[in-house]
Amino acid sequence: METVNVTTTEKATAVPAVRKKRKWTADHWLAAAFLAPSVVLIFLFVYGFIGWTGYVSLSNWNSLVPDWSFAGLKNYLYLFHDFRFQADLRNTLVFTVLFIAAVIVLGQLLAILLDQKLRGESLFRNIFFFPMALSFVVTGVVWQWLFNPSTGVNLFLKPLGLDGKWYTDTNILGGFHWGKIEFGVPVAIVAVVVAAVWQMTGFAVAMYLAGLRAIPDEVREAARMDGATEFQLYWKIILPLLRPITVSVIIIMAHISLKIFDLIYAMTGPGANFVTDVPGVYMFETTFRGNYYANGAAIAIVMLLSVAIFIVPYLISSRKGGS
Amino acid sequence: MARSVWARPFLYALAIAMSVFFLMPVYVMVATSLKPLDEVTLADMWKLPSTIDWSSYATAFDKLAPNFWNSILLVVPATLLSALLGALNGYVLSKWKFKGADTLFTLILFGMFIPYQSILIPLIQFLREIGLYNTIPGLVFVHVVYGIPITTLMFRNFYAAIPDEMIESAKIDGAGFVRIFRYIMLPLSITGFVVVAIWQFTNIWNEFLFAVTITTSDKQPIMVALQNLSGSQIVQWNVQMAGALLAALPTLLVYIFLGKYFVRGLLAGSVKG
Amino acid sequence: MRKKASAWLALALGIGMALSGCSSSNSSSDHAKQGSQKAGEKLEIFSWWTGAGEEDGLKALIKLFQEKYPDIKVENAAVAGGAGTNAKAVLASRMQGNDPPSTFQVHGGAELNEGWVAAGKMEPLNDLYEKEGWMDKFPKALIDMVSKDGNIYSVPVNIHRGNVLWYNKKIFADNGLQPPKTFDEFFQAADKLKAKGITPLALGDKEPWAATHLFENVLLGTLGTENYKKLWTGELSFNDPQVKQAVETFKKMLGYINEDHSSRNWQDAAQLVAEGKAAMYVMGDWVKGYFVNDLKLKVNQDFGYVPVPNTEGKFMVITDTFGLPKGVKNPDDVKKFLAVLGSVEGQDAFNPLKGSIPARIDADPSKYDEYGKQTMQDFKTAELAPSLAHGSAAPEGFVTKVNQAVNIFVTQKDVKTFIDTLASAAAELKK
Repeated sequence: METVNVTTTEKATAVPAVRKKRKWTADHWLAAAFLAPSVVLIFLFVYGFIGWTGYVSLSNWNSLVPDWSFAGLKNYLYLFHDFRFQADLRNTLVFTVLFIAAVIVLGQLLAILLDQKLRGESLFRNIFFFPMALSFVVTGVVWQWLFNPSTGVNLFLKPLGLDGKWYTDTNILGGFHWGKIEFGVPVAIVAVVVAAVWQMTGFAVAMYLAGLRAIPDEVREAARMDGATEFQLYWKIILPLLRPITVSVIIIMAHISLKIFDLIYAMTGPGANFVTDVPGVYMFETTFRGNYYANGAAIAIVMLLSVAIFIVPYLISSRKGGS
Repeated sequence: MARSVWARPFLYALAIAMSVFFLMPVYVMVATSLKPLDEVTLADMWKLPSTIDWSSYATAFDKLAPNFWNSILLVVPATLLSALLGALNGYVLSKWKFKGADTLFTLILFGMFIPYQSILIPLIQFLREIGLYNTIPGLVFVHVVYGIPITTLMFRNFYAAIPDEMIESAKIDGAGFVRIFRYIMLPLSITGFVVVAIWQFTNIWNEFLFAVTITTSDKQPIMVALQNLSGSQIVQWNVQMAGALLAALPTLLVYIFLGKYFVRGLLAGSVKG
Repeated sequence: MRKKASAWLALALGIGMALSGCSSSNSSSDHAKQGSQKAGEKLEIFSWWTGAGEEDGLKALIKLFQEKYPDIKVENAAVAGGAGTNAKAVLASRMQGNDPPSTFQVHGGAELNEGWVAAGKMEPLNDLYEKEGWMDKFPKALIDMVSKDGNIYSVPVNIHRGNVLWYNKKIFADNGLQPPKTFDEFFQAADKLKAKGITPLALGDKEPWAATHLFENVLLGTLGTENYKKLWTGELSFNDPQVKQAVETFKKMLGYINEDHSSRNWQDAAQLVAEGKAAMYVMGDWVKGYFVNDLKLKVNQDFGYVPVPNTEGKFMVITDTFGLPKGVKNPDDVKKFLAVLGSVEGQDAFNPLKGSIPARIDADPSKYDEYGKQTMQDFKTAELAPSLAHGSAAPEGFVTKVNQAVNIFVTQKDVKTFIDTLASAAAELKK
């Protein structure tokens, strides 16, 4: 596999300083003209529509017929007092933390494993990567069966006494009361996390592998000369070098997990007592099934803000890093 | 290399164990889809089928074929158009930079991270207004628009690797914006197009949220039809698994034959712009 | 040179457009080929009937219509999935976009009246009822369910009964049990079964409406028809002690259900009874079609049925109806279809296949099975009550909230929170 050109952009961005002195030619106008449609589309369909959704979230449109009268923060207040939404926030938080942690640990482990020049390496790599080519819907349909309490993995685990209720489990581990809900780790989430990890770990493996391949062999040789064991080599030298990649993995996995919808919709739905519900599913059901448009818009805005917390600093910092 | 004797076997054991975990769902999918209905019981799910029965594929294909075709009609134009737009944008943003180009690029890039729920309500209203709601062209349009950030990012990174000196010398030779694109950038972009096209193909094929909210019944792409397969009747697991496999087949084939480019796309899309 | 490049660009765009255009042009050209351009407008029948028996019923109905009106082109626009929830979502967006189907399936009651009629989207059908002489062919209480402010807005095609307790005959015989008529008898039988290690009551609330379905039956059994109906008009408060009593009964029932209820849908739960793993099941009579057609069981041999405890002489009605949306281009064709749908012939073509009973009281009982005959008899005399879980009793938005509250209650079993939630949601209901 080839390494990525992470650094090339920096080279390119260094150039304009020279070019800036050039005069603005007809070709520049042409360039701008070619870019303009995309810019207009993005401003309209991303920023314009976000604004529109924000407006809907402040309206009274909670039925089949649009009602644009101003409702203030009513819809948001309703949400934050809503059992289901509180449960969603808990579930998303737990899901995100478990999912990212598992993807990072497994991703590094498998990347290092693939870096050991095993025979059949490309076969193993393909096995770890292929779930990424699948749809979350397919993953959901299959794992729903694998974690069905009366079949699936339980058929193996039962003789060992390890069978679980998986996504039908309504227990909340380490629960304490918070708002209207019990805060803690819903056991049912674990099943969904496993499915998500199955699908997305390849992503992290690919990134870490690219990172490992970019580390010059001299680094390893030097460490080995100093008498480091393989374990020390990885733990003390290689893994710290991979840290910037971990940051990227966290950002990417976080934005996937904060807006996750299809996997859960296909695999478990909201679940008993909303133990596997997430804002994406709630937004979909309340807007397009229950016709609570303003409530749905409010959920969407909360989702957007939660993603923006991660993404905006990341985008700004990567821009600064670039120039 | 200084390694203990047992390290290698251990590594192989680990690799094989992990492979089993990754392949388990595939086994279940394939085995179940080849079973006749009466063998699809909860207790026997891990057993191999006693006879190979293709009938669940026939049933699944019967039900999914129109939606499969919808997905093709969606994915092909959407992929081509968004790749083309991305190439143009990437070209402008890497080789014809103007003041504020980087800020503009960052603003465009933000569009690929947003939860699409946050634009869905206006989007549906808009599509309805222009008469594209519940049409494949409508869905094509949506995927082209919301594909702009990622394709632009990929091409921008890709073109950044082409030395500026080439552009400069072409300019000295009198080549303009279009000519440089046509005769220098495009011939060099074949890999870029393959990477972006595979990426967009996979993503659009697998996409669910837009598909389920913008199209209905006979216009629905394959993933929505798969989700609906259980429908309001008995859940026939063999048919569902056969359906899942059929739905996954195109992207799996792309992955198997062009996996290298798929992974490149993934990395290109995930690294800072 | 520049020209060449832009031509290349235009070509690529053209290909893209052409490809994406394919799908939409396909259907219209097929349509053109088949001729019959005269009327131009297709009669688009929108429903969620895609399951085994129901699809057959719909097709039989369309076939009958085509025999009578061969010139009208019919399109079966059925939307699969989610027991109608998908279809309702599709419908909602089409109606909002002023692109209504020619006619669509809608449950009689609030779903029709508080939804589409209140939104001003439906045409009254009083003239059709007069013309066809239907006023005394449907029960008065049923016509009331499809009427608002004196106008009639849809034609019922079928009736499903919601308050049925299905039981496994063999289990009951082996344990010397009689089907329970009251809640007390129910709990006595349940205790006996539980002691034997048999799950007394099956529940499959993966889709939350199934639990709401059980709850509404307990409400009906506890409150009686009159008071049950008053809940939905705001005349009776959810803080009423009777409601509390019903919730307590419901809670007690939940102590007798299968553990994996939340991973099963209604069919999976029915399977428990069919396989002899559970003894009883409260579900609408679409279960009969599932038992007979899909699981090959025999009525009154493998499984039996009685009204849900305390609801004898009461009839929880789920009725599928079809109406005429405002703004369709071919209202006369639609009315022709509705006339066929409301005729004895039409109802007897559809219902035996669908496994429901006709909404008309003068249909031919000989076309129906044993269960159908008896239910048709009951339908004529029983007090009719609208189902909440199926959208007849209250608007969709309220039902959504009740489903959420029930979903929470099934796990937490917190009576006070549950009633508080119901009471606050009910503030939306009209007084």
